[in-house]
Amino acid sequence: MRVRVLVRLKPGILDVQGAAVQKALAGLGFTEVTDLRVGKVIEVELQTATADAARARVGEMCRQLLANPVLEDYTIEMADDLARRGAVR
Amino acid sequence: MTGAPPKVTLDLARDSGLTAEEYERITSRLGREPTYAELGLFAALWSEHCAYKHSRVYLSRLPTEGARVLQGPGENAGAIDIGDGWAVVFKIESHNHPSFIEPFQGAATGVGGILRDVFTMGARPIALLDSLRFGDLDDPKTRRLVEGVVSGISWYGNCFGCPTVGGEVAFAPEYAGNPLVNVMCVGLVRADQIVLARAEGVGNPVFYVGNKTGRDGIHGATMASATFDDSAAERRPTVQVGDPFTEKLLLEACLEAMKTGAVVGIQDMGAAGLACCTSEMPARAGTGMDVELSRVPQREVGMTPYEILLSESQERMLLVAARGREDEVRRIFAKWELDAVEIGRVTAGGTLTARLSGEVVAHVPLSLLAEAPKYTKPTAPPGWLTEPLALDPLTLPEPPDYGEALLALCGSPNIASKEWVFRQYDQQVGINTLVLPGSDAAVLRVKGAPRALAVSTDGNGRHVFLDPRRGAAMAVCEAARNVSCSGATPVGVTDCMNFGSPERPEILWQFAQAIDGIAEACRALEIPVVGGNVSFYNETNGQAILPTPVIGVVGILEDAGRRATQWFKGAGHRVALLGPDHTSLGGSEYLWRAHRRLGGRLAPLELELERKVQAAVRAAVSAGLVTAAHDCSEGGLAVALAEGCVTGRELVGLEAALDASGRGDQVLFGEGPSRVMVSVEPARVREFEALMAESAIPWRWIGTTGGDRLVLRLGTKTIVDVALDRIERAWRSGFERHMA
Amino acid sequence: MRFGVVVFPGTWSDCDFHYVISEVLHQPVKYVWHRERDLADLDCVVLPGGFSYGDYLRAGAVAGRSPVVEALRDFIARGGYVLGSCNGFQILCEAGLLPGALMRNECLQYRCQSTHLVVDNVETVFSRGLRPGRVLTMPISHGEGKYHADAEALRTLKAGNQIVFRYAEADGRVTRAANPNGSLENIAGIVNPEGTVLGLMPHPERAAETAMGSADGLLLFQSLLGSLVEDGSFLKR
Repeated sequence: MRVRVLVRLKPGILDVQGAAVQKALAGLGFTEVTDLRVGKVIEVELQTATADAARARVGEMCRQLLANPVLEDYTIEMADDLARRGAVR
Repeated sequence: MTGAPPKVTLDLARDSGLTAEEYERITSRLGREPTYAELGLFAALWSEHCAYKHSRVYLSRLPTEGARVLQGPGENAGAIDIGDGWAVVFKIESHNHPSFIEPFQGAATGVGGILRDVFTMGARPIALLDSLRFGDLDDPKTRRLVEGVVSGISWYGNCFGCPTVGGEVAFAPEYAGNPLVNVMCVGLVRADQIVLARAEGVGNPVFYVGNKTGRDGIHGATMASATFDDSAAERRPTVQVGDPFTEKLLLEACLEAMKTGAVVGIQDMGAAGLACCTSEMPARAGTGMDVELSRVPQREVGMTPYEILLSESQERMLLVAARGREDEVRRIFAKWELDAVEIGRVTAGGTLTARLSGEVVAHVPLSLLAEAPKYTKPTAPPGWLTEPLALDPLTLPEPPDYGEALLALCGSPNIASKEWVFRQYDQQVGINTLVLPGSDAAVLRVKGAPRALAVSTDGNGRHVFLDPRRGAAMAVCEAARNVSCSGATPVGVTDCMNFGSPERPEILWQFAQAIDGIAEACRALEIPVVGGNVSFYNETNGQAILPTPVIGVVGILEDAGRRATQWFKGAGHRVALLGPDHTSLGGSEYLWRAHRRLGGRLAPLELELERKVQAAVRAAVSAGLVTAAHDCSEGGLAVALAEGCVTGRELVGLEAALDASGRGDQVLFGEGPSRVMVSVEPARVREFEALMAESAIPWRWIGTTGGDRLVLRLGTKTIVDVALDRIERAWRSGFERHMA
Repeated sequence: MRFGVVVFPGTWSDCDFHYVISEVLHQPVKYVWHRERDLADLDCVVLPGGFSYGDYLRAGAVAGRSPVVEALRDFIARGGYVLGSCNGFQILCEAGLLPGALMRNECLQYRCQSTHLVVDNVETVFSRGLRPGRVLTMPISHGEGKYHADAEALRTLKAGNQIVFRYAEADGRVTRAANPNGSLENIAGIVNPEGTVLGLMPHPERAAETAMGSADGLLLFQSLLGSLVEDGSFLKR
């Protein structure tokens, strides 16, 4: 089972990296960018019987290690969700 | 890549970088066509990068011996005895080509490689120095390169835990297409515990330790042996990715394993990876090696023998252990969560045998692999020097305002503060750094001994361009002078020779001349060259860099407490200039800054005088007679004095009267060797004068510190009178404002 | 006092703390491997600086969940002292032993420089004997040292007098310019409510000898050892 975790800073926490990237984009002429936040993607391959079980296990990983609850939010996407959305590679 | 390996032909050999003659030599000595894997071995080991084909005949001219030398060139790094049972291990290496293709990872892996060279000798790295050259800072591309290279060095060195204590950063348009990233590492080891890269002991097991092997960096050695064209950006996949965390674990595991005595020999898998280690280690010991490639830990599937042998994946070592002590080695590497896999044995045959699942894929005599041709290609003095050498800088107009000219020089990126760079580097981990970056030389204590080490790097490409022989000799003198200014005695040199393509007679002439200059200076100053690196082919679209030998010097400070730094310490101190009056605006920073000209002739260099001036400075520092000592280099005497005023914790003013016999710009900004400015407390003036009389060098008092201005006179005429805060602002912002 | 210096894969200030404790302070000290759980023979555990596990996920994240850090909970409960510097502070926050988190420096660059710290709280075992408002000089060396806590956590920190050190000017003024990494309210070091667990980004071990430019870092240890009497009012214990 392939699961993708998106970890990003919670709303309201200043994302200095995002601000720097936004500024750089503006310098390249992308002045229409009004907000930009940088996060990280963690791809997990695991063996579980069902997709729900995989989601539950990865949720536990996020709570225990993958995200810092003081700073970060996370969302969990199953490979199926990604296929449906036609994720750009 | 799967299936049968391609058939080896002359065309394929040419594609791998071998010439028709070299290929012919291989087939006739083997008595057959090489296998594809064997072709890879020859292409890598006979590349310029590994074999020094064009440079070996010249490198043999360097003095490499001395009473303190424990290990000269030819091993992972050189080693010098510093007393009390300690040895200092050091080496400088280039990572120019990878850093141009991918600045962050290229620079980072450059740091990783030189750290491994030092700790494979059994030494714990205690300091890094980076010598960087970039194109003009006004070009936004240069800024991106600087940012990438500096953050790559910062990331790798900081994460690994070795302080970066020195180096230089300089800018000239000639480096725009070929930036230079030279990294020097200094380590400490007990002199009787140095480990060498030798596969001694027939029957001893051969271990592969460290990160797994992937396809990254295949052909790195051959890449470093070719010039760039506009397709360079497409070469990205051959760049390796660094892993400083694993490197730190390798350091601890290797040092712990060495301590047990179970390690017979070890070598870093750097350029040409496993191919290089499995052939060089037995060749040094007169043995052979038989390895099974399928046992090599791999992180990609379906790798061919060719790929496994030539991968330049980072953070890997080949280790020969004592037979019967395999488990000790395995246990230590397991503790540090690293792979340690036995992949073969040391054999008696004098051959390298590589197998894949038992089947022999390469079987070659080591003598043949080690026998890359030595070339003595034609050299010719370049015609391009005629015009610049004909320039007489004194035919150019004087600056309208000397104070403004001085401020402009202090704010030149080549002279201005590099704090923007250094504050991104950990400078203190290990708690040895007694003098942080910002003085002539960094000083590191040796815990448990009264001594300290002083280290510096130097190399002025403009000087070497105008006169390779004298310019290179001056680079040795300046690096040594920096060390002497701290009070330390220079004891060893490592050199990194950065040049264009040696296949051009003019470039090879530059190289040969530079080597002669280095050899002369090292002989005169009695400092042996114990290791180094040659980086050729630093050219893009036929435009070569300024010829740039970077010289790293290590010195011993007998009493760590008796040392000097470059900045004035208070008001009322007398300031003296030691050394000759001869300077020249030829090749100077001023000539470039004020007139955008690179030309003229260098000031004369008298090596005997250089030696005496350095000895006099050291004597004055060790007697505690000087409160500051600073080498006069880029920007000349005026800049050296200005730096004395503004680079310390507090601003200290100065009034000085300079030699009035020359034109103002030459007296103030002319550059020349063997010149040091020092400051002396009034109470020590008599003693200092007596010491100078004894040393029999030219010297004179030129002024007294105090106030909040720098005032310089030529005879009775005041030509500079500038507030220190203006100088400080120019110096602090000159480089940093470009990076904002 | 018996000290233990914890070693994680990737730790690099371990040797420096060991050196200062044994060679400068002449106290018994040993290294503690990250897999150990038995801390019974120690009075103070030091979590040193470095890049534990490369800090590849987040600074201190993996080390914050290691066996030795789990064992710290009991150690602290029975009155043991913990000093976490640099990566050690990050680990303490990741483990939830101190509130808040350390984020990437606001300048987005690593910073190695000398800093001034003003002492806010002199009622911890690490700062007793110091004069309130005293300014200490110690270097920092980190890429992720911007302290963050939400409004509620900050109120609790203040109410409990848990802020020990703040980045300041040489004269003790807490200014924006003196803040090297963008830390919330210039926070450089905090303690747990009991005052027995200190986390700080600066490196006291690099400022423990005059030869290294400052000996102010030694004051923390001398305070801990009960030998510091700086303002004349020596505290018990």
